[in-house]
Amino acid sequence: MPAPLIVTENLSKTYHIGGGDVRALVDLSIAIPNGEMIAIMGPSGSGKSTCMNLLGCLDSPSGGSYRLDGQDVAQLDSDALASIRNEKIGFVFQQFNLLARATALDNVELPLTYGRVPRRLRHDKAARALEAVGLGERMDHRPSQLSGGQMQRVAIARAIVNSPQVLMADEPTGALDSRTGAEIMALFQRLNGEGITVIVVTHDEHVAAHAKRILRFRDGRLVSDEPVAAPIRAADAVAAMAVPEAA
Amino acid sequence: MTYGDCIRASITALKANLLRSILTSLGIIIGISSVIAMVAIGAGAESRVKESIESLGSNIMIVLNGSRTTGGARGGTGSNITLTEEDAAALQRDVASVEVAAPSVQGRFQLVFGNTNWSTNIHGITEEYMTARNWQVDQGRGFNDTEYRSAGKVALIGATVAEKLFPGEDPIGKVIRINKVPVQVVGVLAAKGQTPFGQDQDDTSFIPITTAKKRVLGGRWVKSNLVSQITVKVRDAQDVAEAEREVTTLLRQRHRIPEGGQDDFNIRNISQFLAARAESTRVMGILLASVAAISLVVGGIGIMNIMLVSVTERTREIGLRMALGARRRDILTQFVVEAITLSLLGGLIGVALGIGGSHLIAKTGDWPVLIEPQAIMMAVGFSAAVGVFFGFYPARKASKLDPIDALRYE
Repeated sequence: MPAPLIVTENLSKTYHIGGGDVRALVDLSIAIPNGEMIAIMGPSGSGKSTCMNLLGCLDSPSGGSYRLDGQDVAQLDSDALASIRNEKIGFVFQQFNLLARATALDNVELPLTYGRVPRRLRHDKAARALEAVGLGERMDHRPSQLSGGQMQRVAIARAIVNSPQVLMADEPTGALDSRTGAEIMALFQRLNGEGITVIVVTHDEHVAAHAKRILRFRDGRLVSDEPVAAPIRAADAVAAMAVPEAA
Repeated sequence: MTYGDCIRASITALKANLLRSILTSLGIIIGISSVIAMVAIGAGAESRVKESIESLGSNIMIVLNGSRTTGGARGGTGSNITLTEEDAAALQRDVASVEVAAPSVQGRFQLVFGNTNWSTNIHGITEEYMTARNWQVDQGRGFNDTEYRSAGKVALIGATVAEKLFPGEDPIGKVIRINKVPVQVVGVLAAKGQTPFGQDQDDTSFIPITTAKKRVLGGRWVKSNLVSQITVKVRDAQDVAEAEREVTTLLRQRHRIPEGGQDDFNIRNISQFLAARAESTRVMGILLASVAAISLVVGGIGIMNIMLVSVTERTREIGLRMALGARRRDILTQFVVEAITLSLLGGLIGVALGIGGSHLIAKTGDWPVLIEPQAIMMAVGFSAAVGVFFGFYPARKASKLDPIDALRYE
């Protein structure tokens, strides 16, 4: 059996605020194999955002170890972390975070510009990623000309354009209506089915129920780590919602 | 991120806030355009002054005979004739910085043609004199070697003399009488106009030095090698002072003047004009440089201000770029390039306006303007440097942002 994609041991993060220490994450030891779809849950202040920032290489831990794809990343400097984020991790945010002045295609190309990909190749890759999320027709649209769901699809295309191993989504359906949210979750499940590891941070039980495994945090500690017996198939939900509209 | 990507991203960002970008560049635009225009006007004025000084014969000095004291009465300059043709030859041969040393004799005579006459200065010259004083022949020809050597009865007349003696007539080939000696006019000198002191340089006539001594001046000049003056042209205007010292030393040796003895000659030069010119150029240069420096600093502060605003406005974008793999250097480069683009565009627009403005001044004010390529290159270079200098701090601030905080920034 191959080594898990993500392995942490006693991973911790302590913030020093106003003279006192805040232990945002305490001794997290988990292993996430390739192809997993995970939901990270917990109330605000539970440590789930800190966990995502550390797993997403946006932040360095105060203690413990973190191996991503066999590489120890806990001690890397900010430039090395930037390269890891560029090559191995794709981010999807609640507020999409698209560049308002750039077209969908330019937005999707952005990670490739930092990966020193030649321009011609960038266009091809970005166009393929947009087609993969069903936006092949809207490459030249600006974010203001797109709906919320379409914007999130552009963001997902941007996240997968560099063929990362992990997709990290922070409340990806938080700004969307339930139907569009279901479509986005269906897209995540499809990408997961194609082999990419997906980590979704949410406080919504319904969203979490799409994952294969749920991690729950409270006060900086992992309090439960359970597989989901029968994850919701978002594609079915979308189909079910589509029927009355078609009728 | 390549520089090409950076430049494209900068232009997109600047176009998104077009009015703001233009207003920000305005400081640079005004500064650069006024500097370009002022440099052009200054250079034009300088070239006009230089032209009028050069008409006198640039970097020349004149060695005149000294004075003789007879029974307590001092004779004044030229009363003690000691300079010789050999002195001139020696100066040209032995002083390295001297290009030519031209001996000449002179006198004031009445010129007669038919029933008109005109009194003017007659110079007996050698070929070197034409070179030293930068005289050109406008019509006809100059003297040939034979005429110089064997006292040819020929004359070159100045433009004013031609006008007075031959109104509406072609003077070439006509015979005039100088001090009763008939000579043929072979050429008319190109007009030089007035000296800076209002003296008409064209009211003059030349004959070969041999002719002057033998036929016109007569008397003691006939068989002597003495001359009235030696006109010395120095190779480089900057060497005039040095050349004057060397000429003095050599002449004192040749005239066997003991240590402490008075010179038996006088040296006049126009180096004081050159010094005044250099001084006015220097003052002008300092003024221009300070105007340029002040306007560029003001423009640069405007750019820094707007870049700081821009970094704050785009904090989330910076966070996003970092999350997608931008390294600190990428962010730094992007914002520095944006600042340079802003200042460089301002500089280029300023250069264009400056050139346009100078042409307008040249046309409406009848003022000579001279646009120097170095001034344009300096202006463009400085505006780029302003972008780097004043863009660096905001860009550094952007690159130091924490990606997590930046992403969450509202």
